[in-house]
Amino acid sequence: MRLFHRILTTLVALATLGTPAFAAPPKVVTTTEDLASLVREVGGDKVSVDAMARGYQDPHFVEPKPSFILKLHDADLLVVIGRELEIGWLPPLLTQSRNARIQPGSPGYLDASVGVQILEIPTGQITRAMGDVHSQGNPHYWLDPGNGRIMARAIATALGRLSPADQPYFEQRYADFDRRLSDAEKRWAAAMAPYKGTKLVTYHRSWPNFTERFGLDVIGYVEPKPGIPPSPSHTLELMVEMKRQQAKVILVEPYFDTKTPDAIARDVGGKVLVLSPSVGGARDATDYIALFDYDINLLTTTFKQVLGR
Amino acid sequence: MMRVMRLGLFTTVLIGALSVPDVATGQTVPPADQVLRDAQAEVERLKTELAAMREQYDARLAALEARLTALAGQMAVAPPPAPAPVSVAPVSSGKVFNPDIAVIGNSLGAAGRNPNSDQPTFGLEEVETSFQAIVDPYARADVFLSAGPGGLEIEEGFVTFNTLPGQFLLKAGKMRAQFGKVNAMHTHALPWTDRPLVTANLVGGDEGISESGLSVSRLLNNSFMFLEATGETYYGASDVFESGQRSKLVYVGRLRGYRDLTEGTNIDLGGSVAYGPSRVEPSVLLGSGDMATRLMGFDATFRYRPLRRAIYRRFVARSEFIWSQPREGGVAGDTSFGLYASGDYQFARRWYAGARYDRSARAFDASTVDKGGSFYLTYWPSEFSQVRGQYRHTSYGDGVRANEFLFQFLFSIGAHGAHVF
Repeated sequence: MRLFHRILTTLVALATLGTPAFAAPPKVVTTTEDLASLVREVGGDKVSVDAMARGYQDPHFVEPKPSFILKLHDADLLVVIGRELEIGWLPPLLTQSRNARIQPGSPGYLDASVGVQILEIPTGQITRAMGDVHSQGNPHYWLDPGNGRIMARAIATALGRLSPADQPYFEQRYADFDRRLSDAEKRWAAAMAPYKGTKLVTYHRSWPNFTERFGLDVIGYVEPKPGIPPSPSHTLELMVEMKRQQAKVILVEPYFDTKTPDAIARDVGGKVLVLSPSVGGARDATDYIALFDYDINLLTTTFKQVLGR
Repeated sequence: MMRVMRLGLFTTVLIGALSVPDVATGQTVPPADQVLRDAQAEVERLKTELAAMREQYDARLAALEARLTALAGQMAVAPPPAPAPVSVAPVSSGKVFNPDIAVIGNSLGAAGRNPNSDQPTFGLEEVETSFQAIVDPYARADVFLSAGPGGLEIEEGFVTFNTLPGQFLLKAGKMRAQFGKVNAMHTHALPWTDRPLVTANLVGGDEGISESGLSVSRLLNNSFMFLEATGETYYGASDVFESGQRSKLVYVGRLRGYRDLTEGTNIDLGGSVAYGPSRVEPSVLLGSGDMATRLMGFDATFRYRPLRRAIYRRFVARSEFIWSQPREGGVAGDTSFGLYASGDYQFARRWYAGARYDRSARAFDASTVDKGGSFYLTYWPSEFSQVRGQYRHTSYGDGVRANEFLFQFLFSIGAHGAHVF
């Protein structure tokens, strides 16, 4: 076994020797468009980046298509959301990628969730009776711009390791992004300040980081349990609760059917709002900062209509 | 705090001293007005000290309040400082490296008459237990144990070296051969309750070509499509191939091409060939020498899944053509041909419907052709369970006709790894 490993190690070493130094810009592959946008912010024109899942696609259910194998095969850096978001589709792609650089544990594998604020980490025994719960906490953490900054920082460090000569360039671009994000955060906080404590309902548990950050109060979900489609009894309960608490707005991701949310909104006299949970989820959500601009603009416009202030 | 206590103590002592009656005991006692003056001075001093302290505390309190307000303001505008990495509850060190374990139970039932089938009315067809983990920086391992009415057996158990140079992927162990599409699929992952007639007649049925050996595959780089070539060699011990001797091995080759047509549609084509010593049917004798079987297959799959509605809509059309030719001492026998064609449509988040057409000659008996057709409906309460009903009509080449209703209950517990596309 040891001899076998030695042969294997030698082969791997030989293969690495054969790899040319990065003459072309390093290739970065990300699982989502949000990550790709952050890589673009930091990497500028010194990297090429490609995302696998589209922003208007449910990131839990992506098909592990062989075309992704080709992308992964050539990648120098893979950036993932982690927290089991990609568990249903990424592992077989990684195995078939035949790329040692981006395997978990290698320098070319970056889990962007390290160091960010994660909410809803289950405590105690969890079972699938609770629905599709993520044992490592809610993976939709990129919807807090504070976490976006931490993710961009990690990406800058990883890119610097990948091409050390361009490290000052990445650092300068990170600093620039950090400044623009801080300015935007002030703008968003001011826009959302009048609506602090506004009660609303979301379809899936995609928004805890967003609602916590901007002080919104989620009183219920269209899904009875994470990943379980709406049931009539739960829908009725939700309508009663929304009326009792005077919640008028239902946030829905672009990949869910709006039939049930529409029916609820009609009953409670509220409004369904299709927000973009990711970059690329709507035409105007073209990058990470534009994503929040888009969502917050949509939210405040709707709140004005529905709440009359 | 200490100072306040001292102050209190002093005041008490002072008051006590003042109230103690002057008992002349021969000691020298200062005059009363002198004592009063001293006490007054002391009280004044204490008052000033107290006022100074209050001022100090007020100032500190105000500073603290100001800082708190500033912090609250910052929290509303700027993000919180990077918190320490959040990790899940610690697991005892011995369990961290345990493989992912999952159990899949597949209960099958049948109603209706079929003299050619021994399937019971109810039966726990298979319980598959999987153990999957990364071995080391160079490899991962997947083991699938299958327990059924026939006993416990290793369905698959192999190590995959996925970091080899030269775009190679090497698997070693027991595995389902990469011959066509259906042969490589586990029973629980099929879109039907059964396997197509052609699989049963020519490719070894439920067990399929599942042998011990080596599998090497390589990507063939080109800008047009995903192209993968696979070469495998096995020691035959299945219903199709049986090696018997070390020098007589089974060889399998496959070329697979895949291309995205649009972001929601794609096409997947494959050609496969397998050659090896057959498990000899005593009634068939072509010439003299060792009996061998040559299988050739072609498969095509078209998939449609709109990304925005991926969890509600899906359509998969698939077909496989398989040719089986027995050979003995250089003499080739009649080629048996079979095929299936199926279409599956997801029409709601939890519902699938589909149909399949079957037609296949029997191995070593190309003139006897079995035909059949199925309609099936699948309900998914969640990702982890499934209920399926299938109506199957079979018209066997020997004149037997069968109409059956097959049903299936499937559950999955634990962490089952995602399937290859």
